[in-house]
Amino acid sequence: MTIVAPDKKVTPAPRVITTEPRFTDKVFRAVVTGGGMISLVLLGLIAYFLIFNGFEAIRNAGLGFLTGFEWEDAIPEIGQDARYGIGAMLFGTIVTGIIAMLFAVPISVGTALFLSYYAPEWLKKPMVIVVDVMAAIPSIVYGLWGFFVFMPHAEYWAKLIHKYLDFIPIFDMPAKVFTRSPFVAGLVLAIMITPIITAISREVFAQTPPERIQAAYALGATKWAMIKAVVFPYGRGGVVGGAMLGLGRALGETVAVYTVLNLVYDIRIEILLSAGGNVASMIVNKFGEADFVELQALMAAGFVLFVVTLIVNFIANFIINKTARE
Amino acid sequence: MSQTQFAVKPARPWKLTIRSLIPDILGALFTVFGSLAIVAVTPLKGKLGFALVLITLAIITATTVSWLRKDRKAAMNSRTTVLVYIAAAFVIIPLTSILYEVVRLGTAGFSLRIFTEDMSVTASETDLSEGGLLHAVIGTAYIVFFATVLSTPIGVLTALYIVEVKGRFAGLVRFFVQAMSGVPSIVAGLFIFAFWMIQMGNAYSGIAGAFALTVLMIPTVARTSEEVLKLIPQDLREAGLALGATQWRTVATVVIPAAKSGLVTAIILGIARVVGETAPLLVTIGGADAVNLNPLDGNMSAFPMYVWKNLLIGSPNAISRAWLGLFVLMVLVLIFFAMARYFSSARRRSA
Repeated sequence: MTIVAPDKKVTPAPRVITTEPRFTDKVFRAVVTGGGMISLVLLGLIAYFLIFNGFEAIRNAGLGFLTGFEWEDAIPEIGQDARYGIGAMLFGTIVTGIIAMLFAVPISVGTALFLSYYAPEWLKKPMVIVVDVMAAIPSIVYGLWGFFVFMPHAEYWAKLIHKYLDFIPIFDMPAKVFTRSPFVAGLVLAIMITPIITAISREVFAQTPPERIQAAYALGATKWAMIKAVVFPYGRGGVVGGAMLGLGRALGETVAVYTVLNLVYDIRIEILLSAGGNVASMIVNKFGEADFVELQALMAAGFVLFVVTLIVNFIANFIINKTARE
Repeated sequence: MSQTQFAVKPARPWKLTIRSLIPDILGALFTVFGSLAIVAVTPLKGKLGFALVLITLAIITATTVSWLRKDRKAAMNSRTTVLVYIAAAFVIIPLTSILYEVVRLGTAGFSLRIFTEDMSVTASETDLSEGGLLHAVIGTAYIVFFATVLSTPIGVLTALYIVEVKGRFAGLVRFFVQAMSGVPSIVAGLFIFAFWMIQMGNAYSGIAGAFALTVLMIPTVARTSEEVLKLIPQDLREAGLALGATQWRTVATVVIPAAKSGLVTAIILGIARVVGETAPLLVTIGGADAVNLNPLDGNMSAFPMYVWKNLLIGSPNAISRAWLGLFVLMVLVLIFFAMARYFSSARRRSA
């Protein structure tokens, strides 16, 4: 038996190697890229539609839209033009935001430290669940609870503060009405943003290099000395970013503030007084009976709120991402 | 000569013993009884007075005790320990109060009958034995369903774009999605109002509310999915590609099945995030008292809307109805929350 070799050597044509994706992959990438861009498009559309509808109001009022204190509909009978300005509301939003931060940041950082370094093992898991549940509670729950349950307590605290510290201008009271004040709203907001700041702080604390912690202990540091020397310098950026993320949430909160804050179109520095401002709550407040012109002003107010919270969030995320990468 | 063998018992000098705890226990007892005494003899009265005195005294006692026993550094350490425990207590107290009050005030008028009646023939002011929130159940079901259907593909595709395709704009998209999760809910509502009502000329409807919630749900779904996809081992992808599969086949048959329970968690977390959103619904769905089975047309109600409406009416029975709605809403949110935790822990077990 013989094997007849072919006359010529048959060499198969070399396979063409290419990095060109197959057709299905091209479709896949196009679809996924399209889906990924939708969020960007949505953000753009939000800005476009709000500014498009609110443009008239901003053009009429100019810079006065940001600085004006009045929110008056046009009354043709007495020849009064519509005057829309969100200055007082913006000021009030910032005041309640600052009050919220003053209470929320120390408590959140303390809780994050507790969860990371102090809590006994058995308490850690339930405590994390507590923080997560708090973040999941809808704002309307905080609104009703804040109004019916929390406000009587807060009113009492406000009275105490006023009684003993009324020589400080911000605790002064022109009229003795303590309910629905920026102080109360700030406290409710503080409770709402505590879980956010706690979660972010805990995340960055958890990334502290363990060898540095051990090194500090080995040098004889107490727990607090270790935290001061290692954890805080390492996680500072994350805490600042988390606090700003909380601030962004506090600035944009609507229904919870609506129930516990009395909207007054005036700039008042007395934080215990039942008079404050909040852009988001004002939008809900005026939306129901707004005519077309007022609606445009509300859209413009929404646009301002959108831009402010977006900037705060940009900065916050920038800081957090930078800390996380280091 | 016999050798005696000693089994050396490992000494654990750091272990807490009753003896070492005595100063702490004495300090704690002193703090509690001292505060009670101070509240009893001074004008500071009530729970608030007691809490204030207790906190101050606890800090002072802890600091002094460690200063006397050791030094200044130990004193600062003890002070921080007390402060940190107080901070944790401040987080637990509001949540306990909220859950307690919602259950106490919300279960007052609760019966299964409320899921079979709406408010079309009942005024909010009437006793809670009449009327129910069937219209809110149906409204929330429609709105959340459509929001989920719309936001799930967008959210998952966004995550796939960032993690799998890693396109040129991946970083940018990631950054903007992060920022998008901070968009105030009222702004999302106003946007849909401007687009769907003013621009397109539609009336209030359930679907408009679903659109608004979609805007809020996308970032939650996208960010959680992204985290989940990042946890899938790179080996799995490389194995798929090495077997000659295209990227599409690898993602569809390897990555997505491996990440399935995580993606379900992402969707549930998204639902839990939006199911209680009130502000965007206030400007998009109009609110209704009767059951509306058509999500595309006509005013619709939802749990948050129901609560809001009764809160604004403000009569005692209406307030009770608001708490009732809140109770059902809270149960719903907690169910979704528990489901999300269950699925994410199932993922951890299998991984």
